[in-house]
Amino acid sequence: MSLELIGITKRFGELVANDAIDLKVGDGEILAILGENGAGKSTLMNIVYGLLRPDSGEIKVDGKVVAITEPNDALASGIGMVHQHFMLIPVFTVLENIILGHEETSQFGKLNLTQAREKLLSLAANFGFEIDPDAIIEDLPVGVQQRVEILKALMYDAKVLILDEPTAVLTPQETDELIEVIKRLRTQGTSIIFISHKLREVKALADRITVIRRGKVVATADPSASQEELASLMVGRPVNLVPDKTSHEIGEKVLEVSGLTVSDPTGRALVSNISFDVRAGEILAVAGVQGNGQSELAQALLNLEDHVNGSIKLGTQEVVGLSVRHTLDAGIAYIPESRELDGLISSFSIADNLILDTHREKPYSRGILISDSAVESDAEVKVKEFDIRALSISDPASSLSGGNKQKVVLARELSRPLKLLVACQPTRGLDVGSIEFVHERILAERDAGRAVLLFSTELDEVLALADRIAVMYAGKILEIVDAQVTREKLGLLMAGISQ
Amino acid sequence: MKSTLAKLSLKTLTATQRRQTRLLIVLFILSLVELKAFGVSNHAHAKTTFGFTLGREWVIIEKWMIDSRTGCFIFSSLAVLGSLVGLARVRVKKGPGLGIGLASFSLMMGFLCWAAAGKFIPITGMLQGSLLLAVPLVFGSMSGLLCERSGVINIAIEGQLLAGAFASGVVASLTHKTTWGLLVAPLAGALISTLLATFAIKFSVDQVILGFVLNVLVIGLTNFLYKKLLIPYQSTWNSGPSFSHIEIPIIGKIPIIGPIFFNQTVIVYLMYIIVATITFSLFRTKWGLRTRAIGEHPSAADSVGIDVNKLRFRNVVIAGLVSGLGGAYFTVGSVGTFGKEMTAGAGFIALAALIFGKWTPMGALSAALLFGFADDLQGTLSIIGVSIPSEFMLMVPYIATIIAVSGLVGRVRAPKADGIHYSRGESH
Repeated sequence: MSLELIGITKRFGELVANDAIDLKVGDGEILAILGENGAGKSTLMNIVYGLLRPDSGEIKVDGKVVAITEPNDALASGIGMVHQHFMLIPVFTVLENIILGHEETSQFGKLNLTQAREKLLSLAANFGFEIDPDAIIEDLPVGVQQRVEILKALMYDAKVLILDEPTAVLTPQETDELIEVIKRLRTQGTSIIFISHKLREVKALADRITVIRRGKVVATADPSASQEELASLMVGRPVNLVPDKTSHEIGEKVLEVSGLTVSDPTGRALVSNISFDVRAGEILAVAGVQGNGQSELAQALLNLEDHVNGSIKLGTQEVVGLSVRHTLDAGIAYIPESRELDGLISSFSIADNLILDTHREKPYSRGILISDSAVESDAEVKVKEFDIRALSISDPASSLSGGNKQKVVLARELSRPLKLLVACQPTRGLDVGSIEFVHERILAERDAGRAVLLFSTELDEVLALADRIAVMYAGKILEIVDAQVTREKLGLLMAGISQ
Repeated sequence: MKSTLAKLSLKTLTATQRRQTRLLIVLFILSLVELKAFGVSNHAHAKTTFGFTLGREWVIIEKWMIDSRTGCFIFSSLAVLGSLVGLARVRVKKGPGLGIGLASFSLMMGFLCWAAAGKFIPITGMLQGSLLLAVPLVFGSMSGLLCERSGVINIAIEGQLLAGAFASGVVASLTHKTTWGLLVAPLAGALISTLLATFAIKFSVDQVILGFVLNVLVIGLTNFLYKKLLIPYQSTWNSGPSFSHIEIPIIGKIPIIGPIFFNQTVIVYLMYIIVATITFSLFRTKWGLRTRAIGEHPSAADSVGIDVNKLRFRNVVIAGLVSGLGGAYFTVGSVGTFGKEMTAGAGFIALAALIFGKWTPMGALSAALLFGFADDLQGTLSIIGVSIPSEFMLMVPYIATIIAVSGLVGRVRAPKADGIHYSRGESH
């Protein structure tokens, strides 16, 4: 089945999210749509799936114009979608999720699951998936949940399958498996639209690549194009994908963690008995799939966790048990995982956000009063230094783009006297340009002799920045390897397999 | 004792088992206290009499008399035994079995033996009264269940009950027909629900504040009409008839159970049907699956073609029908006439029952019955003149509510999208 979009335009107020987009995917073809966050990819796909209505433009299936105003219309036209945030109900079983919206009933509206169960099992067998129809979704690993999503689309005869950022939540191994599944779907005649901003995957998978920037189709590229070419098409200027990293002297131990255990309130260990150290002028990356204890470890370093045993030494000073304020004063900078939730107070102005940590000190604070002029002049300086693009320093932080929000966090955290930088997912959801900037700043801290602890789930980022890599799995550090490790070995470690 | 027991067992147990252990330890301690205070150190030698018959059963169970101190001793020993058996079973990773049940029942009986020394306790009558006091709570919690399972918080249960009570009382009084009163009550509840649904779903007003405002609106309105209409023209406006009890043939004559459950008004029978229907529908039908889906993850439901807000609207209106019908219990279901603010917070207790019952129909039903029992115990004890200040006895149902909701049920998980307005595009 072929799907064609002609002149799709969608506005949200002033913002033109999609500007006259033309797109075509042929029978049994894999089309990759490449674009940065906010380029309008998801908006476009939500239009195709009937979740949003376009202001103008039309959608053709097999050459015929179809009206898609509801997800039901899309499903009826043979368009299925695997959303970036899974559309699965966590407390339902696999089978319940599959039949939702397509229920068959017997007397009194009683659900009849037999047929659906048989169809699901045969479909799963066809793909070599092992699926327990009665398993509860929230008990399943993310990769399996995604398979349920794919099966859900196939159950209702999707001929065009849209995959929205499908690899964002997967381990490298799961990603490889997914790529195999997608290729098998193609051989069976399903057309695929694969949305991503990850160049490697797009190159590995696509038959054709359409690049979207600021709501417009800017280019159609061949998968043989180099990553640099694709990246510069995506960003609109030449990009340096691999930051320049100079080798230099590694100094004294700055951070020494020994026997650290972090538990939840019920006593279950989330981080168990971890020991490692980070030296001055060194970046230790903590890699691993989301949810293996990285967040808890990072928060424990800042004394943001309640149930901590073991020792964390910064130089010679024991940090465990200090208040958060004294922990920061000891010389730790912290870039939290979520800049919106933990990094900034969204409704505060940019200037106020820049002094959250130092507001009680001179010159910002005089007695019980905050000196607005000192706060403002400080903000003016930092906005320039960190290239924060804002109309005014008194605008709320929520008005900034993701990249600029992260720059505010960096500007605040890196302006104190520091020994250690703890950066958690510092480039998650950022555009290529901002990623470049953040990477440069992190490397600059390293080169200035600070110890850096980088938490990241992105293999590319880990490999580009780290001097050594610690892989976390199930609350433990499985192994600490040096930065020359292969992607394959790293992937296996992230899946919990160490030789 | 408590801490060592807790230390021994808590670490290796699941959350449920840990909760059961905690509950059993509390029961164990209470049993020991009761054994000491009422069983061993009690010097009263009056007899406590328990009655089991309300009159027309097939087999008349004789009154049962027991020496207060002996009774306390026997029952609190049984309670100690029950909690220990339960603890032992939890320790070896089995369910607590009848341990919790035996311990709580014996604890209660021991207490009654002491409290009613020299007096008469009509057990069957007390349980019948408990059921009656639970009726509005059951209707209210079913209404809350229908709303919250679909993702709309319904604080307005109190208002719906009151509106139902008012409408049915007035209509029954004007028409001299209980049936008309019964038919109008659900409509009054549904009217309040329609307001709730319109503002909450169409205009995305904060649901808690909205529900609260609706309650105040109904209280104010009924108070006004009561004062200006129902008091001055009482004979036409507020002197309605009420339903009489219908005894179900055969099963209505079973001792104890018969008079409690099967010799009731039509409203109570409707309640059985509604609870059974909701239980079946919520977990076995297409409607139920969709309702649970929109309460957990509305955007997922939307993505498979379910109209989230339409289904929510419909469920909220159905919920209004249910609680409105529950309101009829206060007037045509019991006394016939309407009284100012006669629901007296039942809507809020119903909400507590819903949470205590973990958002399941059977759980909410059990919780409502428990609250009804606590309420009735208070009434019975103050009538027979127990030497506990009546002010304290009046607090019992509410204390039971607080303890139940805060401590003993453990972590309960509300439907995930409960109270969150759904519109496309905002969902991520």
